[in-house]
Amino acid sequence: MHTALFWFLAAVSVISALGVVLQRNPVHCLLSLIVTLLAIAVMFIGEGAIVVGFLQAIVYGGAIMVLFLFVIWLLNLGVEIGPTGHIALKFFGTLAVAAMTAELMAFMLPPHLEVKYAGHVAGYGSIDSLSQKLFSEYLVAFEVTSVLLLVAVIGAVALARRTSASEIAQNADDSARRAQGAS
Amino acid sequence: MILIGLHLAIFLLYFERKGSALIQDRVGANRASITGLGKKFGIPNLGIVNTLLADPIKLFTKEDFVPAGADHFLHTLAPFVALFPVLITFVVIPFGDTITIGSRTFGLQAANLNAAALYLLATIGIGVYGVALGGWASNNRWALLGGIRATAQMISYEIAMGLAIIAIIMTYGTLDLQEMVRMQGGVWFGWLPRWGIFVEPIAFILLLTAGIAESKRVPFDLPEGESELILGYMIEYSGGKQAAFMLTDLAEQALIAMLLVTFFFGGWQVPWLYRDGFHLPGGLTIAVAPLLVSIAGIVAFLVKVVMVCIFMGLIRWTLPRFRYDQLMRLGWKILVPLGLANILITAFVVVVSGGAH
Repeated sequence: MHTALFWFLAAVSVISALGVVLQRNPVHCLLSLIVTLLAIAVMFIGEGAIVVGFLQAIVYGGAIMVLFLFVIWLLNLGVEIGPTGHIALKFFGTLAVAAMTAELMAFMLPPHLEVKYAGHVAGYGSIDSLSQKLFSEYLVAFEVTSVLLLVAVIGAVALARRTSASEIAQNADDSARRAQGAS
Repeated sequence: MILIGLHLAIFLLYFERKGSALIQDRVGANRASITGLGKKFGIPNLGIVNTLLADPIKLFTKEDFVPAGADHFLHTLAPFVALFPVLITFVVIPFGDTITIGSRTFGLQAANLNAAALYLLATIGIGVYGVALGGWASNNRWALLGGIRATAQMISYEIAMGLAIIAIIMTYGTLDLQEMVRMQGGVWFGWLPRWGIFVEPIAFILLLTAGIAESKRVPFDLPEGESELILGYMIEYSGGKQAAFMLTDLAEQALIAMLLVTFFFGGWQVPWLYRDGFHLPGGLTIAVAPLLVSIAGIVAFLVKVVMVCIFMGLIRWTLPRFRYDQLMRLGWKILVPLGLANILITAFVVVVSGGAH
């Protein structure tokens, strides 16, 4: 990837990530998050990880963020007005963030973390190499993850159902008795 | 390629006005003309000036209005967010094989991505935001309803579309659209072109349905629904911005037609035409110059796309609009299981026949 392009994308993703935290309108925050995700997807593609980049755009950019948008709409979240929280909370929060930033800087700045660029192996980032890895080396983890996701989906449906089968039967009994009592 | 897409969209606009009139036994647009030129020569007014000149000029010269209380920035941004992904998708559509002019050979595809099928899904997925934002930023209940409907509809049908595309990828064994089209050259049984539709009829129906739903045309135009939502997410738009939204729908329709042609109707392949000329089923061979073969490919691609567009137009002017629950039931309870079953069957056939296509 061209260096200028990298810096541009890096700047876009950092600025929009800040926008996610700093803006007050939830829809604007969400849009900033989408821009961040897409910028990172383009970075992936620029680095040759084409499939990962497109999957990031499809799954996160195209699907999950739309669901977030739905949640914001349906909960009818308004614009956050004015400062929130106690002053002491803010003071200690700022301290904690500063400490965290200093720590991360200490770990991540050179010479601790030097860019190790080994060059791409043949077929790097293509769907062939990705699926070879997924379905041979990481097959068990892959299958277990898919089962886990399936369980999560079924669980969500089970929890979201308003009434269970026994409650429906109970309600039917009640209404039948009420009908008998009325007659 | 984007220009071809836009021209197709304009053709569709024309077809929308006059073709619909033809089907519904009306006269349609026939008023505007330049100094009565047609009348002088006895040519009936086909409404070309009306649809291609008068309508767009009228739209673009109207006042660009932003309603009070609307999110000004997002209201302006939304039409472009809607239009941009559709336009950039056109670049991966192969509209011809290579063409050799003089000593140079050009590939007739604007961008040859080897993961083009993923690119398609990504851009189509991002296209949802324009409509969603347009609906939200307008500060209008109807617009918001239209936006919500559009978003729900588009992400539901995207799944069916993705499943159809997965089956197609399995059939051809590649993500490269140009490669897919090349595989559709040649014949079966000595006469039947090796087109995708004969291998994947279910995927064709899925992609056609999901594609029409994705471009929000009748019978899937619930987000717009003139009679209930008065144009839905577009209600607060005027002038060029509304034109951008309408262009998005038309360009999307052209895009879906191109995809269908690429996946199922052999793209730029002319039946029985090979690099060196025609090999007709009867054993007859007619030699054709290579340049002519390339040009014939481009023409064949355009003709096929226009045919599919007209077919989609026929559907549009024949069927009434779905009810919302019918729409969701069709998407989730019929198309998605059908797509999954299709993937299973395709996987089985691919494994048994020991290879792709």
